[in-house]
Amino acid sequence: MILNTIFIFIKAFIVGGAICTIAQLLINYTKITSGRILVYFLLSGVLLQALGIYQFIVDFGGAGATVPISGFGYLLAKGAMEGAKESLFKAITGGITAAAMGITAAIIFGYLFALIFKSKSKRN
Amino acid sequence: MKTSNDCVNNNYLEYVKAISPKTNQKRSLLHAFWVGGTICCIGQTFRFILENFIGLSGDELSAYVSMIMIFLGAFLTGLGVYDRIGKYAGGGSIVPITGFANSVVSPAVEFKTEGYIFGTAAKMFTVAGPIIVFGVASSVLVGLLYFIGYRIF
Amino acid sequence: MKRTIYFKNKPIIVGAGSIAGPKESEGSIAKFIETKMQDDTFGEDSFEKAESKMLFNAIKTAIQHAKKQENEIDAIIAGDLLNQIISSTFAARNFRTGYLGVYNACATFSEALTVGATMIDGGYLKNVICATSSHFASAERQYRYPLELGCTRPPQAQWTVTGAGACVISSEGYGPKITASTIGKVVDFGVIDANNMGAAMAPAAMDTLFTHFNETGLTPSDYDLIITGDLGTLGSRIFKDLMWEKGFDIEKQHVDCGELIYNICESEYQGGSGAGCSALVFSSYIYKRLKEKKFKKIIMMATGALLSTVSTQQGESIPAIAHAVVVES
Repeated sequence: MILNTIFIFIKAFIVGGAICTIAQLLINYTKITSGRILVYFLLSGVLLQALGIYQFIVDFGGAGATVPISGFGYLLAKGAMEGAKESLFKAITGGITAAAMGITAAIIFGYLFALIFKSKSKRN
Repeated sequence: MKTSNDCVNNNYLEYVKAISPKTNQKRSLLHAFWVGGTICCIGQTFRFILENFIGLSGDELSAYVSMIMIFLGAFLTGLGVYDRIGKYAGGGSIVPITGFANSVVSPAVEFKTEGYIFGTAAKMFTVAGPIIVFGVASSVLVGLLYFIGYRIF
Repeated sequence: MKRTIYFKNKPIIVGAGSIAGPKESEGSIAKFIETKMQDDTFGEDSFEKAESKMLFNAIKTAIQHAKKQENEIDAIIAGDLLNQIISSTFAARNFRTGYLGVYNACATFSEALTVGATMIDGGYLKNVICATSSHFASAERQYRYPLELGCTRPPQAQWTVTGAGACVISSEGYGPKITASTIGKVVDFGVIDANNMGAAMAPAAMDTLFTHFNETGLTPSDYDLIITGDLGTLGSRIFKDLMWEKGFDIEKQHVDCGELIYNICESEYQGGSGAGCSALVFSSYIYKRLKEKKFKKIIMMATGALLSTVSTQQGESIPAIAHAVVVES
């Protein structure tokens, strides 16, 4: 049991680290900005899930695959695909329904912390 | 990329490319790997706790995990710590969902000086807006394709 | 075509004021700076307001140093990096004198000196103030990303200087004299990377200095110092290479304000940049050395990258400019 848990963490570390390393490779070689990186990884998550591949990565890596932004794409695609089984309405709304928590959290915490904190200049 | 400039000096551009300092390849990859892996392990920890002690599962579980991660990312951004992590880790802190939170909170905090409506609220998605747009658009596309697929086959 | 102006009446820089942010106040020219800010916001609630207040402070200090009264000043020629040069305009709002806003990105300071000296030399005005400023935080949020965004800075990036400098130029008095000036031309070799300003600006600096040597018949050894504005370490190396290719060895005389301003360490990478960089270094360290007659004749070339966020996003390359001003003690 304990050994199994440790193994889950190691897998999450390796999968998450690997996804981030791919992003860093992109930054080093193409000089693309962080906003673009996020979009590309999100879209690749959507695409991989639409092709049915990302589910395997999630099953293997756990949080290592769901915490990166590609996991957000996975969630969107998965929601849409499950909705498509039921009706046209759910095919359209399924994606954003699945991702509703993430988007809501980002907006609420974003606004909340903007109220509390002040922008700071940095020195290095 | 095409420019309207006629006096582009390719020799010069090549020379600049040759003498410009390079990012330390191995070190930056190593930093990205271990920071990214660590952030995912933090996510895994919350997943573990919520799963085993609170009894959540499935979509609900991953939704709460991402909420906690977004909270952490937003909080560290507000404290002014996340940009330090970003400087060290590069891709390692951009790609996790905490980086998404960072890209929402940083303009929100930054443009507070321009007011709470047209500063904070309007500028909140200057960096993260495309993520929502492409995410929603691509999920609708996938949904429609699958919908058609299920009806035909 | 002629780009060099000779000032017959030799306008005199009678006073200078400088102010620097906390980071710059620890750099290598720290002991020459008049006002050192403890805090980046300078007691204001936004960075733009802070920049404006800095410029106001620098102009005030310059007037005091020149031992002039505010009503003796005929015009303020000022500029900065923000959209519609708001820092300068809002600083000038507090003076009753005439105001001319100028913009040439980081080359604004030598542009202001050229315009000011021309007016004095022509006998139109008696006392003119030339001032520029820049602020790291306000420039960063306008040109790049929010401060808190965790993105990496590439190794060729520069650090915008938080600082302002002001000089009082007068038709009479004691101090270093402006004797000539070479107006720069917009040069664009096609550098697209907005992080690599040094490489974009070096050809412009080369063009101006080469034209200056050609038109005046002088050589690098006629100058104690050849000062560039904010080429940074990489840009300086390119600049020296380009000059060497043209047949001028400036290795001994060349100094770059951006390289000079910080104690270069890894986090600033290539050194400082910004309109305030050359203004701050000139009105503190260089002005004082000129006044002590440690330097006899210098040429000061502030270099500017004339890009905007819009032009970068539309994929345009970066045009650059450099104006040269010759100052003799």
